[in-house]
Amino acid sequence: MNPTPLLEKARQLRADFPILSQTHPSGRPLIYFDNAATAQKPRVVIERLSTFLATQNANIHRGVHWLSQEATHLYEKARETVQHFLGAASPEEIIFVRGATEGINLIAQGLRRAYFQPGDEIILSTLEHHANIVPWQLVAEELPLRLKPLPLTSEGAVDISALPDFLSPRTRLIAITHTSNGLGTRTPIEEIVAFAKAHDIPVLLDACQSIVHEAIDVQKLPVDFLVFSGHKLYGPTGIGVVYMRHPWGRKLPPYQGGGDMIVRVTWEKTRYAPPPAKFEAGTPAIAEAIVLATAIHYITDTVGYDFIQTYEAYLTDLAETLLRNVPGLTLYGTARPRGPIWSFNIEGIHPHDLGTFLDSWGIAVRVGHHCNQPLMDALGVPATARLSLAFYNLPEELQTLQEALLAAVEFFHKPLPSLRHE
Amino acid sequence: MSSELESLYQEIILEHSRYPRNYGRLPQPTHHAEGYNPLCGDQVHLTLQVDGEAIRDIRFEGQSCAICKASASVMTSLVKGLPLSEVEQLYEAFHALLTAEEPPTFSHIAPKYQDYLLAFGAVRNYPMRVKCATLPWHTLHAALHESHHELVSTENL
Repeated sequence: MNPTPLLEKARQLRADFPILSQTHPSGRPLIYFDNAATAQKPRVVIERLSTFLATQNANIHRGVHWLSQEATHLYEKARETVQHFLGAASPEEIIFVRGATEGINLIAQGLRRAYFQPGDEIILSTLEHHANIVPWQLVAEELPLRLKPLPLTSEGAVDISALPDFLSPRTRLIAITHTSNGLGTRTPIEEIVAFAKAHDIPVLLDACQSIVHEAIDVQKLPVDFLVFSGHKLYGPTGIGVVYMRHPWGRKLPPYQGGGDMIVRVTWEKTRYAPPPAKFEAGTPAIAEAIVLATAIHYITDTVGYDFIQTYEAYLTDLAETLLRNVPGLTLYGTARPRGPIWSFNIEGIHPHDLGTFLDSWGIAVRVGHHCNQPLMDALGVPATARLSLAFYNLPEELQTLQEALLAAVEFFHKPLPSLRHE
Repeated sequence: MSSELESLYQEIILEHSRYPRNYGRLPQPTHHAEGYNPLCGDQVHLTLQVDGEAIRDIRFEGQSCAICKASASVMTSLVKGLPLSEVEQLYEAFHALLTAEEPPTFSHIAPKYQDYLLAFGAVRNYPMRVKCATLPWHTLHAALHESHHELVSTENL
């Protein structure tokens, strides 16, 4: 493959992200490799937020005045953008929330009140983020429920050969990540959904890390619930999406009570609005939802998932080659297919010390447990360093990372002449 | 190599993290506590033999970064054999060194201890790392004073 046209496009797109041209306090160029935590924002996103606040801001669904109608129209257009982005059948299936964490809590509490029975079981996986563990534990403690995490293959992918053993007559949900935020490995979700459909079990997909790297169509991948966060998809914080396949939105009770989610309130009895309003009590993140739509248009129209897939595959091969050439470096979870996310450790260097060292080179990586403590336990490590890429990262940045890692090995393993202090 | 990094990872720190003193667990401690930083997963387990008014023996173990491990190693070396009142003084001095708006003068601390404490002085320039250095000291404090709160977290101090 000739990478030149890809690199040209990546450099062009990179220019859309003002933050990336900053100089780190060390005087080096900023290298942002913490994209799985949050992505940087293109200028169109930044400007859209400013334009909305400067010229279109009003509350929605409750004003007959010009600005309120305009804001309401934009907010509902944003919902339609998300609907088409996911291939959802109707805007009723798209619920705006603060982020994926709130989304999973909304679904978990709804299922708890309208669906689960004591003794029911949920199949998850060892890869889950705390946001797809703790909301279920809260429900499980109350009912109780049993949570069954699928094991991993030796290469860090979900081992779906265990699925038949995990199935029981009490299995009522499979809630699983699409791409691991810790290891980058991609779950064989097509097989899982087929298995679940065959046994009439609903599936919740945590698409936070996958939707950044691949297009998802809920008609081709017929999950019942899907969540993602806007800020990882180059949009603002404080906005996320729940896709809730019809008729789940009709069956589940509201998550929170308040304004905008009702048809009629009296002291005797309140009738709830139909979905999605039923799940959006109070004034939502109006500006953020509208700006999320701008981010989605930027990804699908300006960047394009074809480019993301091709270019990130090129970066993936390069990153793995460079990392493997660092002495003492262990890569956790090398299975393919994968997203451009890797956890690693270097022998004799704690990831925290490595993170501080890399920061002195202007390189931002995440270190710690990545809200993945059960996964860290399974790997037998307390923490890792994590490299996560976006389409605006460049090969020379990966070269600098390798150089910095080699320097870290030298620094932390240097001979100490004044050994044996008292 | 940046000089800031050299001052953070001074030789005393690198050396103590590579060859930690008093590493392990006392079989029959009179006091113990577990310190935990939920943000990064650092863990320190302290066991102590306190005899009357002094720490007779102390050991630590756990999973932690170089700063935390060196801090635990230095701390256990300094407090072993010390009267509890002096331990308290060192605890306060160390805490002030890393967190007080004005770094303290150590005139009240015996000179032989000062170099070891001051080796951690640059940590204050790395706000995200301060808890790495203070975790062992908070755990010691809890082991001595809070027998009912044996799990110390950096997030509810």
